[in-house]
Amino acid sequence: MDAIDKKLWRELWNMRMQALAIAMVIVGGVGIFIMSLSTLHSLFETRETYYREHHFAEVFASLKRAPLSLARQIEEIPGVDKVDTRVVAYVSLDVPEFADPVSAHLVSLPDNSRGLLNQIYLRNGRLIDPARDDEILVSEKFAQAHELRPGDNLRATINGRRQSLTVVGVALSPEYIYQIAPGAIFPDNQRYGVLWMSRKPLATAYDMDGAFNNITLTLSEGGNEQDVIDRLDELLKPYGGTGAYARKDQHSNRFMTEELKQQQTIATVFPIIFFGVAAFLLNVVISRLISLEREQIAGLKAFGYSNYAVGWHYIKLVLLIVGLGVAGGIVVGIWMGKALSNTYMEFFSLPFMTYVIKPQVIIGAAMISIAVAVLGTLHAVRGAARLPPAQAMRPEQPAIYRATVVERLGLQRWFSQPTRMILRHIERRPFKSLLTILGIALACGVMLVTGFQEGAIDEMVKVQYSMSQREDLMATYTEPTSARSLYSLDSLMGVEHVEGVRDVPARLKYEHRSYRTAVQGIQSEGKLLRLLDNELNVIHPPQHGVVLTDYLAKLLSIDPGDLLTIEVLEGDRPVIQVPVIGTAKQDMGMNAYMQRNSLNRLLKEGDVITSVLLKVDDSHQNHIYSELKDMPRIAGVIEQQSAIDAFYDNVARMILFYNFITTLLGGSIAFGVVYNSMRIALSERSRELASLRVLGLERSEVAYILLGELVLLTLIAIPVGFMIGYGLCAYLASAFDTDLYRVPLVLGKNVYAFSASVVLASALLSAMLIWRNLGQLDMVAVLKTKE
Amino acid sequence: MINDERPEHEPLDENVVFHVHGVTKVYQMGEVQVHALRGIDLDIYRGEFTVLLGASGSGKSTLLNILGGLDTPTDGHVFYAENDLTRATEKELTRYRRYHVGFVFQFYNLIPSLTARENVAVVTEIARSPMKPEDALALVGLSERLDHFPAQLSGGEQQRVAIARAIAKNPEVLLCDEPTGALDSRTGIVVLEALQRVNRELGTSTAVITHNAGIAKMADRVIHLSDGRISEIQVNETRLSPGELSW
Repeated sequence: MDAIDKKLWRELWNMRMQALAIAMVIVGGVGIFIMSLSTLHSLFETRETYYREHHFAEVFASLKRAPLSLARQIEEIPGVDKVDTRVVAYVSLDVPEFADPVSAHLVSLPDNSRGLLNQIYLRNGRLIDPARDDEILVSEKFAQAHELRPGDNLRATINGRRQSLTVVGVALSPEYIYQIAPGAIFPDNQRYGVLWMSRKPLATAYDMDGAFNNITLTLSEGGNEQDVIDRLDELLKPYGGTGAYARKDQHSNRFMTEELKQQQTIATVFPIIFFGVAAFLLNVVISRLISLEREQIAGLKAFGYSNYAVGWHYIKLVLLIVGLGVAGGIVVGIWMGKALSNTYMEFFSLPFMTYVIKPQVIIGAAMISIAVAVLGTLHAVRGAARLPPAQAMRPEQPAIYRATVVERLGLQRWFSQPTRMILRHIERRPFKSLLTILGIALACGVMLVTGFQEGAIDEMVKVQYSMSQREDLMATYTEPTSARSLYSLDSLMGVEHVEGVRDVPARLKYEHRSYRTAVQGIQSEGKLLRLLDNELNVIHPPQHGVVLTDYLAKLLSIDPGDLLTIEVLEGDRPVIQVPVIGTAKQDMGMNAYMQRNSLNRLLKEGDVITSVLLKVDDSHQNHIYSELKDMPRIAGVIEQQSAIDAFYDNVARMILFYNFITTLLGGSIAFGVVYNSMRIALSERSRELASLRVLGLERSEVAYILLGELVLLTLIAIPVGFMIGYGLCAYLASAFDTDLYRVPLVLGKNVYAFSASVVLASALLSAMLIWRNLGQLDMVAVLKTKE
Repeated sequence: MINDERPEHEPLDENVVFHVHGVTKVYQMGEVQVHALRGIDLDIYRGEFTVLLGASGSGKSTLLNILGGLDTPTDGHVFYAENDLTRATEKELTRYRRYHVGFVFQFYNLIPSLTARENVAVVTEIARSPMKPEDALALVGLSERLDHFPAQLSGGEQQRVAIARAIAKNPEVLLCDEPTGALDSRTGIVVLEALQRVNRELGTSTAVITHNAGIAKMADRVIHLSDGRISEIQVNETRLSPGELSW
């Protein structure tokens, strides 16, 4: 090894703690970069493989009932490849030892097959025996929630008839990666599931022999999706079609796509922060090292080392630190990526997870780290290389200080000498102090993002449930039903209040923009389903006109007063125009709201409802469940509180994972910045601190000068960090907004307190390490040397 | 401070500030042992101006550091009045330096971020019965430069600020390590005049380390050190004023 390389290794060893602190920040950046991108690629890859191998359909449509002969017509639509017709029903279930109402989608499977399209993945058990009409497959999430195994029995109410069903296998489907009940906002795997059954018994039960009520299809090479959808709609119209939609609008697929988008945002935003901080740290540390080694540099150059050789020497030092960080980051990134992918595999219903780590991600992470680090230190290294030897031999000019602004304002007499030292030191290098503040602030800001995710969910739940949707139970009818049924429900023991809702699928259009959703006719002056304005005051839809979810109005670029076109996708499919009266704040879903009787009138129907909201007395809940289960026209019941609980259970692991990661990373940034700043300050000022020790100042008094600066910078940095964090959360919230949900920007006091504590804890840790160093100040040596 | 028992054969002399008895100091430099002091016995008296003279490596700085409570001997005892410095804890040594000793260093060791006045104040703020910083600076002839930062002062001025800082706490002893080492002779004389004035007017016992034999003539006693031992103690019948010195 060359002598100069030995110097390199020894210097690295001497500054190992600082190098480690910087490497940790790089580990954070590289780790989160690799984690996010590999998770993104893995999810993409897994989804693509799953969709391809299981022939996930590209166009979906539901209808009332059409003869199978129609399928052949559909096959002939130009651009259509394969067509799969099915019988699908929404049923209520009786799960042994589970009192709550459970609903399920019952999907037909062809004999001895996993399906033509949307093929199931059989996790365990066997396929349905076509000779048996009571065998079913259950979706994995549902099976897990109830610990169902092949051989277990369920009871279902199929078209009004109670029937016992035997589980023969557990399956997954590309159609239900995100499994959620219609009308529900949160997935609840205990109260909603997907079941597959032989087509024959299902068709018989629903009078669908030789007919179908659900169709999915794939497109041939180059098939025009929109054209196919339009023609399909035309064909299905007479059969009660509710409007075909493309894969991109399919609910489960939508959710996963949004989740992938969020990963992409995370993969961009966070590494930028980490790499920025790492560049700053390397800059200050290498600058300091070079100023300490001025004489050595001069010596090397006097011996004939070239500028290039001297520059390369320090770049190598930078590369060693970066290399350490990148190597650690790759390990951590892959580990976190696998953990996150697996968390996603469980969050979504995926049969397998192909963990993909593309070489270009690793190379990219390494290249970015190296580029950023070299750029960060280039200025200092160039300065060192260019220094003429004779000039470098001389010590640097003594630092020039002056009284600070606060002192010149006349506040000087309030400050002790050590306090003046702190202020003047900060003010002498305002840019460096500013960057230190910024670095600590970024750590604080990163921490806020964690709390923001949790707070957003809490806020969504609060607004949605305690203020807007205040029912305990929502029961859905199998088909539109007379509002008179409300009376019989209202008279059930324990029912405190009922409200009917008329829910009709529709395509809303304004100018060239359109969105497929539902128009909800809600009870005027209702107490259970209420609309809220931006200040969360209750608003009531007027007699005429429609109120839109604010985000929907934005999406359609429609303002109050404009005429909205509603294409009803049910029954006679009337097209009506209604003025928009106002908008309502809603974080989840997007709907149009009208008074129920206005909607009934527009649909030219009587007093009809499709679902009912109930407020019930807790003590009678079980009794009410069993009454509801016995009502053949009720297809499913959603219980709000358990849906919320289930949702929290579901996201809890994801949140926990992110909390862990961001706390670790935020802490490592804070520690990296604070510790390095302090080490450099200690190195720059060891002479004056040792002199003060000689003059009789205690270690604590000397520590005050050094740590006082740290405390002051940290205290300034925390509110700055709050602002940065708020901005970051606002950016993420807007980046995460979709028509499925809007992420409210709510940051509670506890979130601020937590991020400030992590920063303070990291600062405290650095302070403890520095305290130890202060004990080792060499008072004798410092008196003998001139800096 | 620990007020410990002292060897019985030692007489208690009120005029002795430092009683050094059998002090040795061995530094372990890697695998080599360096004997910096090889058995020093010495008394330094109240109000005395002492010069410790010796070549580099003679042990004079080590001795001064031990007297100043910056270092501890390997063997032997050092008494400051009644107190055995060799048995003091780190905290006690800090208090000793804080209340009893003034230091002047070769390279001044001023705090660059504090003005002349503030450099003195940093010590007076923690002392028991200090002078006013302005008075200390007046004593060294720097009344006009109170609000200048070290970077705005010449070397001689900086050293005089250091002297003002050292004496402002009214210390019993003033320890100076090569106070003129970094100065030209003319500036050096101004600094030495300041030291002499402090010694005369305040009666502060002063010990000055130097390898410059010329300075020795302004001392009451000159202690010659070589190779870690006292080779000679010379008493000057008449002290020269710094202006009369030549080097």
